[in-house]
Amino acid sequence: MLPAASTVAAAMLHEAVAGPLLVNLGITLARVVAAFTVAMVLGTALGIAMGAWRRLDLALDSWVTVLLNLPALVVIVLMYVWFGLNEWAAIGAVALNKLPSTAVTLREGARALDRGLAEMAESFRMGRWARLRHVVLPQLAPYLFAAARSGLAIIWKIVLVVELLGRSNGVGFQIESYFQLFDVTGILAYTLAFILVVQAIEWVLLQPLERRANRWRR
Amino acid sequence: MSAPVILEVDITGKSFVGRDGAAQLVLEHLRFRLAPREIVAVVGPSGCGKTTLLRLIDGLDHDFTGRIVWHATDRPRIGTVFQEPRLLPWRTVRENLTLVAVGRDALADELLHALGLWPFRDAYPPQISLGMARRAAIARAFAIDPDLVLLDEPFVSLDPTMTERGRDVLLDAWRRRPTAALIVTHDMDDAAALADRVLLLSANPARIVAEVAIPPEQRRAGPEAAHALAQSLRQARAAEVRPGGAISGSSGRR
Repeated sequence: MLPAASTVAAAMLHEAVAGPLLVNLGITLARVVAAFTVAMVLGTALGIAMGAWRRLDLALDSWVTVLLNLPALVVIVLMYVWFGLNEWAAIGAVALNKLPSTAVTLREGARALDRGLAEMAESFRMGRWARLRHVVLPQLAPYLFAAARSGLAIIWKIVLVVELLGRSNGVGFQIESYFQLFDVTGILAYTLAFILVVQAIEWVLLQPLERRANRWRR
Repeated sequence: MSAPVILEVDITGKSFVGRDGAAQLVLEHLRFRLAPREIVAVVGPSGCGKTTLLRLIDGLDHDFTGRIVWHATDRPRIGTVFQEPRLLPWRTVRENLTLVAVGRDALADELLHALGLWPFRDAYPPQISLGMARRAAIARAFAIDPDLVLLDEPFVSLDPTMTERGRDVLLDAWRRRPTAALIVTHDMDDAAALADRVLLLSANPARIVAEVAIPPEQRRAGPEAAHALAQSLRQARAAEVRPGGAISGSSGRR
């Protein structure tokens, strides 16, 4: 039922050296990065706007709730039906799955912005860009990190589903072929490879960035 | 013949709409002028609309009747010292100055030295004491080479020693960069220690009930002199108070 860890590690190494693991990993990772970027940028902008303007919030709130609760599978299938089995539909479907939760998180952040500091910035006539960079974004940093963490986790899971349903490469596609062969070792080898990559992103990217953003806290 | 004027304030009315939808008048017939390098203290009871007055002058609120006219400059530089320091906690003390005083690093450094903040220039605001943070807020207001400095109860909630030191810090900065300053406070001692001229406000709606020009030899003459001066200012205010506690010029005169 469950192969030994050493067997899985060996299979992973073999797939990496002799098989298509690195290529598929790279393709999946590129999709993750693309969908993550789209979802974070659009979701952050939407969340800040909804936090800042009550009218926009009222107008979009129920749409965000619907999208937030729509099963990932429905979004994926609809995107493939409407836009075809192509890369844009795949990445769009993943981004659309993550976007509402980013928006909701950042909306909370925007609502919690310090009015005193905003007034200070206005009083001292700080420019728009300076305000965003030095006053607003540092306050949103904890929300951005929270959205990024949960985003990365959700996105790579959904990317695999999207690959399984409509792409002919990537980790999800490979797992599907091992599924048809009932090759648990192969499935776990790919899973392990991806877990290592996600951990590396956490250690190399997220944690140092977070330390930098928090260095002023004592 | 007339003395130079940098700012002319003539607010005929400012009201807020309350929860019940009724407009409540907070400022009424506030009229005064400010000369360059003049420190004017506006003294009134807590909650009488002093902060609102500063917000109008600062241009943060345009919803009032009357006018606020700047002379000699179209785009005045206004340095505000708020009740709380309002420093950016994620930027160092020095960055808090240089971020608002873009291109004036030399002045920022001069003020950091003069106000005893230089050893803390690379510290983040949460790492320094409240007294130091207030100093930094004063330094920031002067670092933009302002046409006017607005101070909103800058020494509220400090103990007497710290308050006195705070006033010294403010005067240090002002002597280094003499500029017009408007300080609103409920504390007559602030007015006596700092001002050239004192405007006494009534409560609800706030209007000027008396204006006291402090004789040149009594201005900023140290704590002892300020103490005596504060006493006589309190008497001047008491003279405006009618039996029964109403201040003339507020509800009585309407």
